[in-house]
Amino acid sequence: MSDVSDHGAPRASVFAGLRLTWTAGLAGAILLFWLVLALFGPWIAPHGEAEIISGTTFAPIGEGGLLGTDKLGRDVFSRLIYGVRTTMLLALITTLISFAFGVTLGFAAAILKGWFDVVISRIVEAFMAFPSTLLALVVIGAFGTSITVLVLTVGLVLSTGVFRVSRALGYDIGVMDFVEAARARGEGTWWILTREILPNSMAPLIAEFGLRFTFSILFLSGLSFLGLGVQEPAADWGLMVQENVGGLFLGSSAALIPAACIASLTVSMNLLVDWFQQRQQGETVLEKIDQ
Amino acid sequence: MTDVLTIKNLHVEGRPPGGDYVPIVKGVSLNVRKGEVLALIGESGSGKSTISLAAMGFARPGCRISRGEVWLNGRDIMALPPHDRHALRGDEVSYVAQSAAASFNPALRIGRQVIEAPLWHGAGDAATLTAAAVELYRKLDLPSPETVGEKFPHQVSGGQLQRLMAAMAMSCGPDLLILDEPTTALDVTTQIEVLKAFRDIIRDQGTAAIYVTHDLAVVAQVADRILVLKNGETVEEGPTNQILHAPRHDYTRTLMAAVRPAPHLVDHIDPAAAQAPVISVRNVTAGYGALTILSDVSVDVPAASVVGVIGESGCGKSTLARVVAGLTPLREGTVILDGKPAAPAVRDRPRAALKDCQIVFQMADTALNPRQRIGDILGRPLDFYQGLKGRERAERVAELLELVDLPRGFASRFPGELSGGQKQRVNLARALAADPKVILCDEVTSALDTVVAAGVIELLKSLKDKLGVAYMFISHDLSTVASFADEVVVLYAGRVVEKGPSKAVFSPPFHPYTKLLLSSVPEMRQGWLDGVADTSEARAASAASVVIGGTGCPFANRCALAISGTCDTTAPAVRDLPGDLQIACHLPVAELPVS
Ligand SMILES: Nc1ncnc2c1ncn2[C@@H]1O[C@H](COP(=O)(O)OP(=O)(O)OP(=O)(O)O)[C@@H](O)[C@H]1O
Ligand code: SF4
Ligand SMILES: [Mg+2]
Repeated sequence: MSDVSDHGAPRASVFAGLRLTWTAGLAGAILLFWLVLALFGPWIAPHGEAEIISGTTFAPIGEGGLLGTDKLGRDVFSRLIYGVRTTMLLALITTLISFAFGVTLGFAAAILKGWFDVVISRIVEAFMAFPSTLLALVVIGAFGTSITVLVLTVGLVLSTGVFRVSRALGYDIGVMDFVEAARARGEGTWWILTREILPNSMAPLIAEFGLRFTFSILFLSGLSFLGLGVQEPAADWGLMVQENVGGLFLGSSAALIPAACIASLTVSMNLLVDWFQQRQQGETVLEKIDQ
Repeated sequence: MTDVLTIKNLHVEGRPPGGDYVPIVKGVSLNVRKGEVLALIGESGSGKSTISLAAMGFARPGCRISRGEVWLNGRDIMALPPHDRHALRGDEVSYVAQSAAASFNPALRIGRQVIEAPLWHGAGDAATLTAAAVELYRKLDLPSPETVGEKFPHQVSGGQLQRLMAAMAMSCGPDLLILDEPTTALDVTTQIEVLKAFRDIIRDQGTAAIYVTHDLAVVAQVADRILVLKNGETVEEGPTNQILHAPRHDYTRTLMAAVRPAPHLVDHIDPAAAQAPVISVRNVTAGYGALTILSDVSVDVPAASVVGVIGESGCGKSTLARVVAGLTPLREGTVILDGKPAAPAVRDRPRAALKDCQIVFQMADTALNPRQRIGDILGRPLDFYQGLKGRERAERVAELLELVDLPRGFASRFPGELSGGQKQRVNLARALAADPKVILCDEVTSALDTVVAAGVIELLKSLKDKLGVAYMFISHDLSTVASFADEVVVLYAGRVVEKGPSKAVFSPPFHPYTKLLLSSVPEMRQGWLDGVADTSEARAASAASVVIGGTGCPFANRCALAISGTCDTTAPAVRDLPGDLQIACHLPVAELPVS
């Protein structure tokens, strides 16, 4: 039997296996930096979140605090550090909510098909027909501005996109032979979903998670900027931009710094997702080499 | 300088995921003269395609040409800048891939795609090029050459599309044509027309060609010289005649030995000794949505025997297996499993019924979940049907692996770490794990090369003897079926046209369709193609393609013997012939084709 000879597939170490590009490395470092700040912020920040440290409002960089002061004379640097926590945590929670709803319903629609798929898909399409900001504005306007409402609303709005992606993935993987084999064996829907389809959609779902996370940061920051998101005195980057936008005309950078931070976070996340997707595609191309 | 292509000491390396570069091609040299066809043969993984791509100065993503020279028309193309090298492709060299369907854009008319390359290379204006293309279509024997360019890719048959692909490759008048397994994905019947078209056009235009394949019988028809490859190294090179009849190297002999035996020769057990059927398909009609594929199909699979199902692609072979497994619910008729009528849909069947009838899919690559270890893939049916857990289960998994000639250690591997043949063994082992009475094998050897496929067939035979399982063996490869099956069912357009003990089916009298299938199997004899392609049957058969759900005899549009007025209006009844043979044809027995 000539085909039984055993060629062990080469396995490389974790780091060689990662094959980081320099953009991905840089993006990863930036994200790691923000993550550390988010975790240990209160110990690093020189002042309190809402503490007024100076009589001068909109003090320039270097005077007052390290990065100047804001419209009330609070330390921009400290608020930035507290802000990363709020921003990232809220983005994480909303993304998780959108995935919980989107993935469950998307896969359920792909597996159950029939009327369930039709009903859910039409509802989601109806939601998608509204501009997402408008939809969020209406809901938050109706239920008031609390963190719970904010998080649930944004999570639900984002889940429509996740639903579409998961449903498409579910349909694609659901017709593969190994899923058919499981069906022929008599496996139930739950097994097929959790053991056959989900593990094989992990890579695209991880990429999707990264993108939704980015989108969620932008969306939340946008809502905070409109005054519908996080409320003062809590610190949030979007909120900080809104508070200090008046300072722009006085030559203060208090609004620009949080804006730049938002940009750094989202751009890094996008770069990382790009790298991840390219790597996944690369793998599939490379697997075909020895045919 | 008469050599169109000279490759000297070619080395190509490839990088597996996360790993380092490993050599794929190790110092191969070859040359092709004008008007000559050089065949590259070898098992999958021997580097055939890699070499043929390197002839265009191209390496697949993740691969690189690390050493060697590639001279085309007296120029070393590896020394050219990438832009110039790119300009050569389509102009001086062109490439025909295995699947034409993947090379055509489904949204554009064929004619436009055929003249795209010459237009790009500035060989003329659209009108002259289209006229030249029509001339090519005519040479390639395509039906209605004037209008075929107006069609979209989905409106022509697979064989025609493959020939159009050749037209596309020839449209620039290349000096070198590279054909990478151009007929492997085709039915034997279609293969003939495509092979003949390729060979004629190569002769006609005096083009040099590289023909990549693993099918020696095909090589015998087209090649002037053969280069045998193994693991990226040249094993042997010589004129076709010498390689086929006096191979010098052992490996070449192994390849020859794996060539399928000629169909007619095999004798089988007396069908009278067969027992009660484990599967009995009675008058089944089934299809997808509004489409009816199978109509009034009846097939019995006796216990511990092999029933072969043959027919061209799209005839409903897989559909039959899916209906038996309950994946595609039937509309009319019954499926009786082991004496008990089975529910049409798989979810309504009790576990015991499911356990007795297992299905093995065609593509081992996609039939195994890439994220599960072999141990889990094999362990699941053990747990599911027999409730085995823990050590007991692991022990049984190891036994199963041994049963299919794989090392026990494979349990901890992922499917991606196995070769095609090994995957197909795991695929079989999963079916065996249920301890079934019958296994539905859907083209289990079609994606494997001859040597590996022969190994899998041997395995199936030994399992049958050891465990007493029965098989419904679906294949479009007649020789394998003939040498393996006890009984054979010939399907055409979703109907049974001939059925009986294998010996009776494969000996005269034949159903006209069975006759066509049999005469289309390539023979190792040089010159076979010229004889077979000129028969009236072959001409009639290539004129049209399978139509499902017409009135009259489904084969009427391709049958050379069709009785006009009868065959196209009335469906022939199934007639019993001596020796348990059943044939559905209007022709009187005496007029049925004999060899
Ligand atoms: N899910 C589906 N929906 C609609 N039509 C289908 C579906 N699957 C198969 N068909 C059609 O049913 C017919 C029979 O297909 P089937 O797969 O049974 O053929 P086959 O004989 O197994 O062919 P092959 O040798 O290529 O595997 C074809 O015309 C095909 O296009
Ligand atoms: S019934 Fe007529 S068309 Fe059909 S196979 Fe027989 S002769 Fe040919
Ligand atoms: Mg099939």
